[in-house]
Amino acid sequence: MSAGDLLVGPFNRVEGDLEVRLEIEDARVKAAYVNSPLFRGFEPMLLGKSPMDALTITPRICGICSISQSAAAAQALANAAGIQPTPQGALIAALLHGVENMCDHLTHFNLFFMPDFARPGYAGRLWHERAMARFTAMKGSALRQATEARAQLLHIVGLLGGKWPHTLAIQPGGVTRAPTARDRIRIGSTLTAFRRYLEDVVFGAPVEAFIELTSTNELRAWTRGDAGLFIEIANDLELGRMGIGPGRYMSFGAYPQGNARSFGPGVWEDGSVRPLDTADIREDLSHAWMLGEDAHPTRGQTAPDEDMSEPGYSWCKAPRLAGQTVETGAFARQLVDGHALANDLATQGSSVLARVAGRLLEIARTQLLLERWADAIVPEKRFLDEVTLPNHGEGEGLVEAARGSLGHWLRIEEGRIAGYQIIAPTTWNFSPRDGDGTPGPLEAALVGAKVEPGEDTPLAVQHIVRSFDPCMVCTVH
Amino acid sequence: MNVLWLQSAGCGGCTMSLLCAEGPNVFDLLDGAGIEFLWHPALSEATGGEVLSLLGAVESGEIPLDILAVEGSILTGPKGTGRFHMLSGTGRSMLDWVKSLAPKAQHVMAVGTCATYGGITSAGGNPASAVGVQYDGHHRGGALPAEFCSRSGLPVINVAGCPTHPDWVTETLLLLAAGHLEAEALDSLGRPRFYADHLVHHACPKNEYYEYKASAQSLSQLGCMMEHLGCIGTQAVGDCNIRGWNGDGSCTRAGYPCINCTAPEFEEPNHPFTETPKFAGIPVGLPTDMPKAWFMALASLSKAATPKRIEENAVSDRITVPPQVKARKP
Repeated sequence: MSAGDLLVGPFNRVEGDLEVRLEIEDARVKAAYVNSPLFRGFEPMLLGKSPMDALTITPRICGICSISQSAAAAQALANAAGIQPTPQGALIAALLHGVENMCDHLTHFNLFFMPDFARPGYAGRLWHERAMARFTAMKGSALRQATEARAQLLHIVGLLGGKWPHTLAIQPGGVTRAPTARDRIRIGSTLTAFRRYLEDVVFGAPVEAFIELTSTNELRAWTRGDAGLFIEIANDLELGRMGIGPGRYMSFGAYPQGNARSFGPGVWEDGSVRPLDTADIREDLSHAWMLGEDAHPTRGQTAPDEDMSEPGYSWCKAPRLAGQTVETGAFARQLVDGHALANDLATQGSSVLARVAGRLLEIARTQLLLERWADAIVPEKRFLDEVTLPNHGEGEGLVEAARGSLGHWLRIEEGRIAGYQIIAPTTWNFSPRDGDGTPGPLEAALVGAKVEPGEDTPLAVQHIVRSFDPCMVCTVH
Repeated sequence: MNVLWLQSAGCGGCTMSLLCAEGPNVFDLLDGAGIEFLWHPALSEATGGEVLSLLGAVESGEIPLDILAVEGSILTGPKGTGRFHMLSGTGRSMLDWVKSLAPKAQHVMAVGTCATYGGITSAGGNPASAVGVQYDGHHRGGALPAEFCSRSGLPVINVAGCPTHPDWVTETLLLLAAGHLEAEALDSLGRPRFYADHLVHHACPKNEYYEYKASAQSLSQLGCMMEHLGCIGTQAVGDCNIRGWNGDGSCTRAGYPCINCTAPEFEEPNHPFTETPKFAGIPVGLPTDMPKAWFMALASLSKAATPKRIEENAVSDRITVPPQVKARKP
């Protein structure tokens, strides 16, 4: 490190541990290096085990994306077996997963992201006193309301999945609990109460009104609820110009039922969406403390370099799609799905504003999905089929966690796990440089961030990092 | 009472679970009991430089520390260095930090089975050489030595669970704050007895099936999961079916087995998690405090006496035969 550099850590209010090294020039970030400082080794841990054990082990990679991990593992197993879950089983899996994603968005907005605007550094701004009352870390009224609403919404997971996190309810053939007519009514009541919270507190309006926004200008004019306070702050601090990403976005598509996904899959670039081909994925190891060759996850391995030798600077591999970086997350998902507001925001590039607005939009849209799915439960139907796994085979499981695209790639040989590779959303977003020296999406987004005099942990850097809603425990796993 | 919370090598799920506390929410509950976080990595405002100063002040003794709470296992690899987890911004391993801070604390609390015994992070070949704060699986002596006691004189308080129930964590904190958690309140593995004196079996809705050994053949069926599906609820400590999770939930209520996640080495059962290992057709691992011969005798007797209702419902995913309504005498 040279004299002008900053080492930022412990970087909190992200899930897990994160360190960022910044090169500063003329009061701006000139280059950023993102380090995921924790290696646990879930992939090698799984080798040699019974394939079904992945359903118990992989959710425990992450306490915040636990159901996402569980759904990806179940899908990879189903794919290896060449089957699909029962339609009602897939519906309940979507409901469980949707509740987790909703809760994660709520936790991010209220507990992780907004508290930075209550910092003394913003004293004197028109909105600062309101931000302090609502969003002071651990004390603000919005945090307490959000925590209660979240705990109540998770009753749906308690009912259908036993507990959150780390449920074993989602299986390749469906789910382990057949809900009754009474359960369906309870789920409906929980969702009605949650809608009231969203409309009274988060949006100050029907969720449909937020979904109907079609342009950045309409968004910037939104004044109601905590969303309105965020927009007021975003307008004042120009968060729409802060933290611009690579301009390429990927989504695996969320909530599979049959052959359809409620938010569609694809890759967005230069104003159009093209189909996603996961065969184009490679994990580059040039700047990771990992041994071996760059590879597609079906052939990849995880062998940590115990000497942590240079030029490595992170345990995180660098996934690339057709050789390029892509951004993933709620904004990417809404953009790939073709929502008008996301499309308009994308003309200015992804930014702190776009990422957080994408999440708010998805909160509103997910409420409608959850209500629709709860209505579609038919207690008389079958919720779980037994599945026979092949002795030899491969499976791919692709889901959307709250923070973006999550993939599991499984290989079975002689009835045991012979290969298991995982690429998590933050592996994409917070990847280190690749062999061409191209920085990862966050590393690129931090370039140009302002560093005010005397700042050792620049506020702009914090907003940009947290706008991605990183999950560092998933990143390296 | 102040709490410094560190997240070591785990999934963060015990904090996520803690946020599910209800009646009142976790912030009001802890605040009401006079418990405040000096710093919590997921919840506090302070980041970077502010945290470095705080950690320094605690380490030097300038800020007296009441409770050190550690979530996640402690990584000792590679080669004993602990460098598989460097606490970001500090240039020091989490192993080093925990060893340095633990003696400063009035109480040390390990939150979750990773922190208590190594947990899931030590599964398989234990690639990162994970241990618990004071245990390495069943063996006493982890990141801290076997004989370690914090300033209070207590060993590390092991709030085990994967994840922990929010109440297990809050009630431990509240008992400590009230001065009501003494050595005899912990079991032989350091777990608070207020939840570890119960078994997951207690209040399990499958109890009637267990009584008759009416077993589920596959997941989602209503019958008892002990005989075929790997359930160890009769041996696992925890009041999971008494107090309920996320409302009224529990693993067995959701149709999948208890995997004994409050115990050391649950992560390596030596058989697939959802299959019961058997010897000569008899499940290995019967209830711990019951003579085996008696268990077998009672099981064969009760199996023979199984009512049709229980026999049929046990292998169904919903109740197909309801209880009979007794006709009133004319």
